[in-house]
Amino acid sequence: MNTNYLPSGFLPIVVQFVLALGFIVVTMIVTHNIGPSRKGKVKDDPFECGIEVVGDARTPISVKYFLVAILFVLFDVEVIFMYPWAVNFKKLGMFGFVEMVLFMSLLLAGFYYIIRKGVLKWEE
Amino acid sequence: MELVPFIIKSIIILVIFGLTLLIAMYSTYGERKVAGFIQDRLGPDRAGPWGLLQPLADAGKMFFKEDFIPAQANKWLFIAGPCVAMLTALMASAVIPFGDTIIYDGVEVAVQAVEANVGILYIFGIVSLGVYGLMIGGWASNNKFSLLGAIRAASQNISYEVAMGMSIVAIIMISESLSIGDIVAQQHGGNWNIWYQPLGFIIFLTCAFAECNRTPFDLPECETELVGGYHTEYSSMKLGFYLFAEYINMFVSSAVISALYFGGYNYPGMDWVAGALTDAFGTVAGHNVATLIGTAVFFGKSLFGVFFYMWVRWTLPRFRYDQLMNLGWKALIPLAMFNIVVTGLAVIFIEPALTAMLK
Repeated sequence: MNTNYLPSGFLPIVVQFVLALGFIVVTMIVTHNIGPSRKGKVKDDPFECGIEVVGDARTPISVKYFLVAILFVLFDVEVIFMYPWAVNFKKLGMFGFVEMVLFMSLLLAGFYYIIRKGVLKWEE
Repeated sequence: MELVPFIIKSIIILVIFGLTLLIAMYSTYGERKVAGFIQDRLGPDRAGPWGLLQPLADAGKMFFKEDFIPAQANKWLFIAGPCVAMLTALMASAVIPFGDTIIYDGVEVAVQAVEANVGILYIFGIVSLGVYGLMIGGWASNNKFSLLGAIRAASQNISYEVAMGMSIVAIIMISESLSIGDIVAQQHGGNWNIWYQPLGFIIFLTCAFAECNRTPFDLPECETELVGGYHTEYSSMKLGFYLFAEYINMFVSSAVISALYFGGYNYPGMDWVAGALTDAFGTVAGHNVATLIGTAVFFGKSLFGVFFYMWVRWTLPRFRYDQLMNLGWKALIPLAMFNIVVTGLAVIFIEPALTAMLK
């Protein structure tokens, strides 16, 4: 098993990236050029079930989605904190475990607060 | 990196790249055949024997369709959306160990594009970037249905990512490594992680369904409410890229699940097989053939995962949006935390007791 990690070990990612990008760009160019192209005023409108379009889609949307995004940032940062802890978990033993239980109960307290505030209520 | 391993790695990447595209292509055929079987009909059977050429016909059709860009759309973002979705789908397979090592000319090279020590983080990073593909495409279309689909997709993906990350923490606690290669190597033989992490596996699987936007969580492209969701305005190969990216994501996530929970290339009796092959063909050739068998086993597990996705799609109805969010936030996240605590207790108290007892 390889235990010696060098930055140059990541070089194959570049190969994969170039391959993927090449595939995508070539496909896009080819498909753009071999298909037909017919313009029309009604055809170029956004498709909304045949009903005439009112305004455009740059409208405000429910604030719930925004709250979910903010919560995600908070919780994902907490999860990232757990990764280094989890890697060293067996070495830290009981001490690390108690610390993390403390951390998670704080997290859960915040979580409980969010739920009581009704942030995650979608029915309303 | 020396030249010989680099060339071998490049060949591995090429082969995996081709295989991923082929598998994604035939997944579309497989999905329709599975649907046909479940609904007691035939599925595609006109193009070639048993309809085997159907994916080629579909691809040809997609290429020759009009590449349509709506007048109100933001042109460059509209093009960038499907490209980003496809790019992230294709990049994710780089750190998955598809097999043990291949010995060539005295050099031992792992069948894995990049032997990264932070493989899991890489996968998570790339998967999170996949949201941008849907979000950019849906927003740039300037269509209300697309916008709603894109917002739903983004909010669903980020919600389930939290629970997914937490279910992985328990695996890392057991294996003490972020490298997928190490995690797979530790599950030698039949010592798979699923035996230690049944709850974590269920959480991860549910989240994988949500991340791939598959039924029962396919609300972003929910036909009954949103026409086609974020890809309403797309046509030609741009639409093809979105659909293709979904199938590639299915395959990659099945591969990740089989690597993390089902032992990857490990299977019971692999030592016996390797021994028999080494006796028969000599050390180097025997080792390489054993690795190839392991790779085949890995692909078998991953393809079963893809089949499972299809099976669920044609069995379960779609969730409602509030149900989806409640499941993600109020059920899976607390369950994942519970799983971490139980795993911690088991590692601290039960594992030493069991080790002492077995001695």
